[in-house]
Amino acid sequence: MSFKQTPSQTIGPFFAYGLTPKQYGYNEIKDIASNDLNSEGTIGERISIEGIVFDGNNEPVDDALIEIWQASSSGLYVTSKNLKDTNDSFSGFGRCGTGTNPQRKFSFTTIKPGATGDNQAPHINFTVFMRGLLSHVYTRMYFPEEEGANQHDSFLLNVPKNRRQTLIAKQIPSNKGKAYQFNIYMQGVNETVFFDV
Amino acid sequence: MTSSYNQRDWTVHPSYFSENYKSTHLRSPTKAPIKIEQTNSELTAPSFFPLINHEQENDLTKNGAVNGQQPLGERIVVTGRVVDENGKPQPNTLIEIWQCNSSGRYIHAADQHDAPLDPNFFGAGRCITDNNGIYKFYSIKPGAYPWGNHKNAWRPAHIHFSLFGPAFATRLITQSYFPGDPLLELDPIFQSTPKKARKLLIKTFDIEATEEGFALGYKFDFILRGPKATPMEK
Ligand SMILES: [Fe+3]
Repeated sequence: MSFKQTPSQTIGPFFAYGLTPKQYGYNEIKDIASNDLNSEGTIGERISIEGIVFDGNNEPVDDALIEIWQASSSGLYVTSKNLKDTNDSFSGFGRCGTGTNPQRKFSFTTIKPGATGDNQAPHINFTVFMRGLLSHVYTRMYFPEEEGANQHDSFLLNVPKNRRQTLIAKQIPSNKGKAYQFNIYMQGVNETVFFDV
Repeated sequence: MTSSYNQRDWTVHPSYFSENYKSTHLRSPTKAPIKIEQTNSELTAPSFFPLINHEQENDLTKNGAVNGQQPLGERIVVTGRVVDENGKPQPNTLIEIWQCNSSGRYIHAADQHDAPLDPNFFGAGRCITDNNGIYKFYSIKPGAYPWGNHKNAWRPAHIHFSLFGPAFATRLITQSYFPGDPLLELDPIFQSTPKKARKLLIKTFDIEATEEGFALGYKFDFILRGPKATPMEK
């Protein structure tokens, strides 16, 4: 017997009190994740990431949800299976809505992920949801200073050369740790590369 | 760990662009997604269940109530299984839920519909599936609400669901509807789903799940992407 996948539907405009309650000022339920992935016990180089999601008119989207999923500084994805084996208090998962920043930025504080040891360059996995998006999109953020590793990354190599730069963050000035800008373009000449994960 | 998951089945998922759902026009990607081989990044998923107190958070008739009062509306219990495409139950799967109240109003600050808020209803909760992949929520039947997509546009009653499943690749956000709703036929979001798959988004009324003297029961199963069949696994 085969079962058909449950169809995706849009997240709609009103997800915030359910999925990112604390960020939007709701106290009735607790967050399962926030845009700060670090705690005191997190091992690794502190970084921050910010970006804007642009629609086809180059207008910032103010009701998107961004999720990130990344390896720890030692290159480990922390799952329910290996949770007990790691003493690094880093879950690797973060969430941020674009509705609370005046410029409609999302932002994360996290650590730079380590290489996962399978010929992939260090990267952060992104999922993007929003009103008007009937099924989420998957993309990845790579690091500009990892030029060498990026050249051998199987995901980047699958992307036409002229579109690869949409996946590479830009380092921006900051007075605390490295900071990166990673904008996401849904359409247009700079349309971000999305993966058929 | 599973070696890879089936791709998203685009014969059931809506396409990104929908003529009648206007918000898709500027937000749908125009280029085809790039094919990849799944790696650790796609085959792993965060672990949530130590964080969650299932008992407290799956009852939306209580988690927004003030001074022991109850929200207005028809009490419902929604239950079912999370399985993969082979019918295999998915235990320890996080399900998040949010919805409007019985008069069609969300507590969200951006909701401008002038239907009343219910002081005893928050409208969001979550739970984790048990060892057999079974979940259960208590809530209030949500109302229909207008949304301005076109003249006299009303969303059919629906509950929003967010699921993780065993991998980043199995992530799913969807909505589930109620049987017999006349608005389904007129709703561009529901209608954006390929015709043969639409019934997969509708709960079934279930007298067995109905709780005597308390709440009407609805069944809804979630089917997540399954492991790709390989000769080795047979
Ligand atoms: Fe809704």
